[in-house]
Amino acid sequence: MTWSIEPTLPEGWELVVGLEVHVELATATKLFCGCANQFGNEPNTNVCPVCLGLPGSLPVINGTAVKYAMQLGRALRCDVKPGIMARKNYFYPDMPKDYQTTQYDQPTNSNGSLVLPDGFVVGIERAHIEEDTGKSTHVGGGGRINDAVYSLVDYNRAGVPLVEIVSDPCLDTIEHAKAYVSGLRDILLAIGVSDARMEEGSMRVDANVSVRPAGTTELRTRCELKNINSIRSMGRAIEYEALRQIDLYTSGDNPRQETRHWDEAAGRSTAGRSKENLDDYRFFQEPDLVPLVPTAEEIAAIDAAMPALPSARRAALMEASGSDAEVVATLVDRGQDTMAIAAIDRGADAAKVVTRLQHDLAVDDFSKVTAESFAELIIMESAGDLTATQAKQVLAEMVDSGGHPREIAEARGFEAMEGDELSGLVDQLIADNPGEWQRFVDGDEGDRKKMQGFFTGQIMRATKGQADGRAVAELLAQRSAG
Amino acid sequence: MSDRITRDEVVHVAKLARLELAPHEIDAFTEQLARVLEHAADVESLNVDDVPPTSHPLPLVNVFREDVVTDSIDRDEVLAQAPAAESHMFRVPPVLGEER
Repeated sequence: MTWSIEPTLPEGWELVVGLEVHVELATATKLFCGCANQFGNEPNTNVCPVCLGLPGSLPVINGTAVKYAMQLGRALRCDVKPGIMARKNYFYPDMPKDYQTTQYDQPTNSNGSLVLPDGFVVGIERAHIEEDTGKSTHVGGGGRINDAVYSLVDYNRAGVPLVEIVSDPCLDTIEHAKAYVSGLRDILLAIGVSDARMEEGSMRVDANVSVRPAGTTELRTRCELKNINSIRSMGRAIEYEALRQIDLYTSGDNPRQETRHWDEAAGRSTAGRSKENLDDYRFFQEPDLVPLVPTAEEIAAIDAAMPALPSARRAALMEASGSDAEVVATLVDRGQDTMAIAAIDRGADAAKVVTRLQHDLAVDDFSKVTAESFAELIIMESAGDLTATQAKQVLAEMVDSGGHPREIAEARGFEAMEGDELSGLVDQLIADNPGEWQRFVDGDEGDRKKMQGFFTGQIMRATKGQADGRAVAELLAQRSAG
Repeated sequence: MSDRITRDEVVHVAKLARLELAPHEIDAFTEQLARVLEHAADVESLNVDDVPPTSHPLPLVNVFREDVVTDSIDRDEVLAQAPAAESHMFRVPPVLGEER
């Protein structure tokens, strides 16, 4: 989740974005044959008569792929209905059959939604099952698709199972588009049906972008942006396209409906082919594949096995902690929400729980820290048994080697220092360092800050970090005022 | 010539199918395709109110394959069938350059 400043369009225009997200399913095999579904193998080693579209071959659909697709559908709150596979006919060398097997008028999943962290609801028109295409490498012309001399095709990816998730054209800002894609990725990872790696192409985003005068509701001519390979790059591509279209309109021109190719390095897009009309694809139902008819029991079983999804987890954490949406989203992203809620339930102070998690548990692997020991640590800190510095040190040790905070604190000899003892130490230091003390008392703000750092550092050294930094600051302030 | 399909539509469909037709072929196919469509129109005239739409004649649904990897075929053999190959890949004309 990013919360950066939204780039603004020129006054009087608004953005309309619909996203088509292709997700490769993490099955062992392809959609219609037993070839391995594996990224990064030697070219054309995972191919067979079915995925090469050789005459006489018969596709049989992968049951696991269908199940994954339905799980994704339910996670996106879709209606899961009987689905029919269809042929989408077009000539493109990356599709050796000269048609792509997909779903057309009867997709498995339709009519869903995804709730963004800020509460914005993105409508999902459909999430249908289809096969991936082969991968082309363009040779000559600097590798750019428009100038290529010829292309080389690897069919390892042809026939890999995909779900294409089509949103409504309802995304009104670049931030919402970004939040939607990262929300999808979170869901995919939560239910485990895809590894959702944009950089490896297992999750690919095409953006349909148009603009319109603010306050109007018509949908104007859109352009489809391709070759977007990160969430950041999507944001740049959408912004570029919106400004390009506004430029055309304000100079009395109109955009043309076309596919545009985003060039991340150049920071601009170039026109590709103008889209074939839907009719030109001559869709018809695939005679070799029978209908996919989910039973009510199957759907109920999928729902029952559904893990808690990020939006529900964010709501639960927000309710338990009272923290703001941004912090909540961060903790859920890191998978620390269960620990936070458990700690709060055990009586640990909610604000402290969230602060410690946010700042001091920003690590990849916190598996050794149990919810119970984490709660205990926060309770000790709140009770004044540990200073903030000590609590951080104990937590760091818990991350490295597990263990119970009370035992770690004892082993390290941590007991919060008694007030008298600390105040004696401070007086001693002042006496030993009269020059520094003078600068602290009489100096400007910079001096005072520097000297406070000096004294606090000395105290920490003398106490091996057991002193409470805030108490030291208070004592110094008291002495200089007195 | 029938009004079931126009010469322009035949040219368009031929283009989608990447077929290069001579003018006399366009005329011939326009006539032949019109006859095919005429036949379809005959079928359309039947009363099928009681017949549910049928895409698949067999009473079968949910025919699934186990998600188990089987052997792929030999790459050299596959590439030997291609008009051109390079770096173990199929060499094809530039993907977006078809129009030029």
